[in-house]
Amino acid sequence: MRHTITITVENEFGVLSRVVGLFSGRGFNIDSLSVAETMESSISRMTIVTRGDDQIIEQIIKQLNKLVNVIKVIDLDEGEYIDREMILVKMNANEKNKPELLRLTEIFRGKIVDVTQTTYTIELTGDDGKIKAALELLQPLGIREITRTGKVAMQRGSGNNG
Amino acid sequence: MKLTGAEILIECLKREGVETIFGYPGGVVLNVYDVLYNSDLKHVLVRHEQAAVHAADGYARATGRVGVALVTSGPGATNTVTGLATAYMDSVPMVVISGQVPTGLIGNDAFQEADIVGITRPCTKHNFLVKDVKDLARIMREAFYLAATGRPGPVLVDLPKDVVVSSTKFEYPETVSLVGYNPTIEGHTGQIKKALKAILAAKKPVIYAGGGVVLSDASEEMTTFARKLKLPVTMTLMGLGCFPGSDDLSLGMLGMHGTYRANLAVTECDLLIALGARFDDRVTGKVDEFAPRAKVIHVDIDPTSISKNVKVDIPIVGDLKAVLTRALDMLKEEDLSSREKDLAPWEAEINEWKARHMLGYEQSDEVIKPQYVVEKLREITGGDCIISTEVGQNQMWAAQFFELDKPRCWLTSGGLGTMGYGFPAAIGAQVAFPDKTIIDIAGDGSIQMNSQELATVVQYNLPVKIAILNNRFLGMVRQWQELFYGKRYSHTVMDNAPDFVKLAEAYGALGLRAEKPAEVAEVIKKALAHDGPVVMDFIVDREEGVYPMVPAGAAISKMLLA
Ligand SMILES: Cc1ncc(C[n+]2csc(CCOP(=O)(O)OP(=O)(O)O)c2C)c(N)n1
Ligand SMILES: [Mg+2]
Repeated sequence: MRHTITITVENEFGVLSRVVGLFSGRGFNIDSLSVAETMESSISRMTIVTRGDDQIIEQIIKQLNKLVNVIKVIDLDEGEYIDREMILVKMNANEKNKPELLRLTEIFRGKIVDVTQTTYTIELTGDDGKIKAALELLQPLGIREITRTGKVAMQRGSGNNG
Repeated sequence: MKLTGAEILIECLKREGVETIFGYPGGVVLNVYDVLYNSDLKHVLVRHEQAAVHAADGYARATGRVGVALVTSGPGATNTVTGLATAYMDSVPMVVISGQVPTGLIGNDAFQEADIVGITRPCTKHNFLVKDVKDLARIMREAFYLAATGRPGPVLVDLPKDVVVSSTKFEYPETVSLVGYNPTIEGHTGQIKKALKAILAAKKPVIYAGGGVVLSDASEEMTTFARKLKLPVTMTLMGLGCFPGSDDLSLGMLGMHGTYRANLAVTECDLLIALGARFDDRVTGKVDEFAPRAKVIHVDIDPTSISKNVKVDIPIVGDLKAVLTRALDMLKEEDLSSREKDLAPWEAEINEWKARHMLGYEQSDEVIKPQYVVEKLREITGGDCIISTEVGQNQMWAAQFFELDKPRCWLTSGGLGTMGYGFPAAIGAQVAFPDKTIIDIAGDGSIQMNSQELATVVQYNLPVKIAILNNRFLGMVRQWQELFYGKRYSHTVMDNAPDFVKLAEAYGALGLRAEKPAEVAEVIKKALAHDGPVVMDFIVDREEGVYPMVPAGAAISKMLLA
């Protein structure tokens, strides 16, 4: 099963490599990873999407907690959470598909952020389902290039993830 | 007053109560060595950095204090990797200080640069690169704290040359504050109660004790606990000595080369009480058939060890000493008078296994049996010594035939199985206890991995005794080839070993040899009487095997007995 985990870490030299090294060294999967500073520059927040049965997820959480620079680990799948990913999609654009590109961008509440004679670059934000649906519809229109941020996520409600 | 990084480093070591460090100099640590030149901190110059780390490890295991090694950058640092991995696998408290090229050159492929922090990340509990001399004292404090607390382990501090040279005001922090590090010491009271209830209800309980008992200095508490509740105790390779091997409740070691009764007791038990053990595959064999009928209690300070390989019914995270003390307290109100009677059928069952198969070997008048050497060492020393081992058959025979009654007298590389560990570890123990008898039970293969340290023991007159069980084979590998590869002894024949007696003499140590069983006792006595390092070369039966043996991946009840 897929799990989304947020990890609060001390923003120290080499922390990312400790976390990533833990996953690779123990054969855990990383489907996506995103990381950046929080409001405090000394603390960063990571969102990792991983896979595994209950026992593996339990090990991942425990092993992450064991890292000295890790302050807090939350398995978001234990409760309700919001998740978002942003993607940039560079589309082949021509007279024939431009109207459809504009229409799809609007339907998915995206933005065209760069335009040339032959390309449109679309910015889209959404949860897994929305991103997947958008990409499925854009695919036949000619995707040139795509880049994704990986998921960021947060617990719902007033709880503070630390 | 301002101190240089080098001075601060040595000052920190003193504040931590360090008396001896093991090391090897080089370019970027010249300033540190310069401070050592007229410091009262003792430094033991080894002949290879791997040995410095194993010596620090042996020192730590024998004393319970943090071992310290100091090495230069690049090759000096990379030579510590095996020692760090060995200590990491066996949770040994240690701080290794490596020199590093100046911060401005890091990443430049500078002369003798190695990214040792990157290299050792997966084989240290934690590591640090000191980027500013102002951070040095704090980092040293944290390094020692991390090494010694929680589940202990090795910590590496990488120290660039410019940090060592520059100066700052020295202030040793009183306290350590690491937001992400808070090991749980006290076990959960409710869980301890639950565990005691399960123990009192069990008909066939067994304690499975590991190295954690030794690390937490909980042998006394565990021994009292086991005796009070009449619980049979089996120990892992790492746990040996944490419970008296001579006690009637001792089942000996379990696992791949465990005793018949220990492996059957674990297979048949209805309650397995795992204390500071981690269900290693060499212990469990086929996991599905490990203690298949048992409810499992697991006490460990490291939550990641719990339910990693085997599902645990009653987990208790905490320090064993604290948990057992608490448990003994709770037991005060219990009436335990009927324990003996209640557990008599289980005891009888175990005794029956014991009668059916005991550890043993066939004695010979012609050729020395390796087990006989170990037994004689035990007999002649009276067990009053510290044993280190190399890896292979020698290690297993030592584990089986050198009965230990005390903790911290057993230095062996359990998790990593590092050949070449035993001799330098013995050096570390000897430095800690100059008057104690320290014996490295060695193989002819393993001893060649760090035999250069003979120079070290001679230089410092460390009277370490090495007992080589010389079978002229990489014996343990040969045994597997014999059993599972049709006796095709591919590259395990060691016919070209040096003459170990002459080797000892070349370094200035005493060399002794025994070729017949009748000579064994005499050689041992001579070695023990000699006030200096000795190499004993016991020419043993070449193709003797270690039994019982559980083939890899089989259930531990499926032992080959001979
Ligand atoms: C550094 C290292 N390399 C290889 C091995 C694999 N290995 C395990 S036991 C063994 C044979 C050891 O031979 P020896 O020291 O003569 O001991 P014996 O088994 O003959 O008693 C080998 C090669 C190891 N454990 N460690
Ligand atoms: Mg051998």
